[in-house]
Amino acid sequence: MRVAVVGVQGDVEEHVLMTKKALKKLGIGGEVVATRRAGIVSKSDAVIIPGGESTTISKLIFLDGIADEIIELAESGKPVMGTCAGLILLSKYGDEQVEKTGTKLLGLIDIWVKRNAFGRQRESFQVKLDVKHVGSFDAVFIRAPAIKKVGENVEVLATLQDYVVAAKQNNVLGLAFHPELTNDTRIHEYFLKLNEF
Amino acid sequence: MFPNPNFIFSHCEAKTMKINLEELKFGTELIKRGFAKMQKGGVIMDVTNAEQAIIAEEAGAVAVMALHKVPADIRAAGGVARMADPKKIQEIIDAVTIPVMAKCRIGHIAEAKALEALGVDMIDESEVLTPADVFFHIDKRKFVVPFVCGARSLGEAVRRIWEGAAMIRTKGEAGTGNVVEAVKHMRLINGAIDELQRLPEERIYDVAEKYASRYAELTGIVKEDMGLGKAGRNDVVFEEYTLGEIVDGIYEVLLEIREMGRLPVVNFAAGGVATPADAALMMQLGADGVFVGSGIFKSSNPPEYAKAIVEAVQHYDEPEVIAEVSKGLGEAMKGLDVFKLSEEERLQTRGV
Repeated sequence: MRVAVVGVQGDVEEHVLMTKKALKKLGIGGEVVATRRAGIVSKSDAVIIPGGESTTISKLIFLDGIADEIIELAESGKPVMGTCAGLILLSKYGDEQVEKTGTKLLGLIDIWVKRNAFGRQRESFQVKLDVKHVGSFDAVFIRAPAIKKVGENVEVLATLQDYVVAAKQNNVLGLAFHPELTNDTRIHEYFLKLNEF
Repeated sequence: MFPNPNFIFSHCEAKTMKINLEELKFGTELIKRGFAKMQKGGVIMDVTNAEQAIIAEEAGAVAVMALHKVPADIRAAGGVARMADPKKIQEIIDAVTIPVMAKCRIGHIAEAKALEALGVDMIDESEVLTPADVFFHIDKRKFVVPFVCGARSLGEAVRRIWEGAAMIRTKGEAGTGNVVEAVKHMRLINGAIDELQRLPEERIYDVAEKYASRYAELTGIVKEDMGLGKAGRNDVVFEEYTLGEIVDGIYEVLLEIREMGRLPVVNFAAGGVATPADAALMMQLGADGVFVGSGIFKSSNPPEYAKAIVEAVQHYDEPEVIAEVSKGLGEAMKGLDVFKLSEEERLQTRGV
């Protein structure tokens, strides 16, 4: 199995390491590659969009044609995961911040996201969260977005206060938090198995 | 973009998890270092007003540094350089959606607390401003907001990490448009990490003792003045920490660096980065990202310059891209010869 991590900006290396660990735990042979260029995602079996600045990542993936490759991969039923900034990019509808900054979205999950939903960095937090199919998880939220509304085909995996913070639409998984910053591989393992959908 | 009429609040039917506020943990090391990791591969730009901040955001900056003057102008103006006017910082915070950083003077806890209260996302305890404390930096673990600090050597970097810095940047020589010092600092830090990896484990504690000795300076001066000799392991030398505790703490940081083969926090390049090629050079030397100070808004075409530097950082290992984005950018900032600066004019010697 070949997993690509979109490597234009953000915590790319953390996702690469976590995915390698998760593959090993699952006993799946394969490689994990970070990519800043077009042509790699389309030749992969799964793709991850990391955390970072959604405005920056959006500009760079649309400029370099990586965006189209992610959309094609998702449409072919292969697992796609986005964390934090990655969740924003996967969503169909943004808030006024997304619009104001002209951030282009991939539109792969029928959700409505709010950027910086919990506030600025001093309001960033860690919390034990119940994640469906995974269990209790130490979730790290960093200037995190949240999902305000979900469409009919979206499965809600975790909620926090009045927000949805993890959601899945078929093979596409979006998280408002950062499993890649912890030592817990369970969410990455769950993601890698989404191709069995 | 318009709301889709088919949207439903289906999560209301799901079991909504209510969390007590006490269960949320704020300002942990994971959150602070995590914030810095989200900046990797990005460009952080110095801005002095809302208009510049918007140009930076549109160009793809991952964050902006809110200042009242860019380092080149701070240098030219002379006098005491302090924290920027909070009104100015607030205007910049209100203008953009990306993180906003701001600088406080080295050791100036009150400026740092004020910046934290403003809602700044990261504080740069910076040698570009006039230091407030010649003995100590801020004990950054006592803040919820993460800090970035400059370093010229592994010793400086390790001390700042032990104090709780979530990000390190080279000091370089800010406001000169001359990349030579940033390259030097990156090479010195990388060289020291290589040396550390070659060192037998029993020698590492010696390095920790050497690096920690800086914290004993104040106590040493006081004791010597009183005829009591040098600071010892059990003396409380900085905040509530004894010298022994600091040595042990620094030893732990060194072991982590040795195992990882790099700093355990994000390491950016800063201080004199002026062109897209400068930025690419620093990335090739192993920087996780780049701060650009005076380089952008002292150039003749800031929006194009800002975009070119963002692209150069993303494609730092593709020479044809660096060549393309560097074409016809207009004048870079004029720049200064670092070697002609007097000791007092050098900002990098502040805060060791």
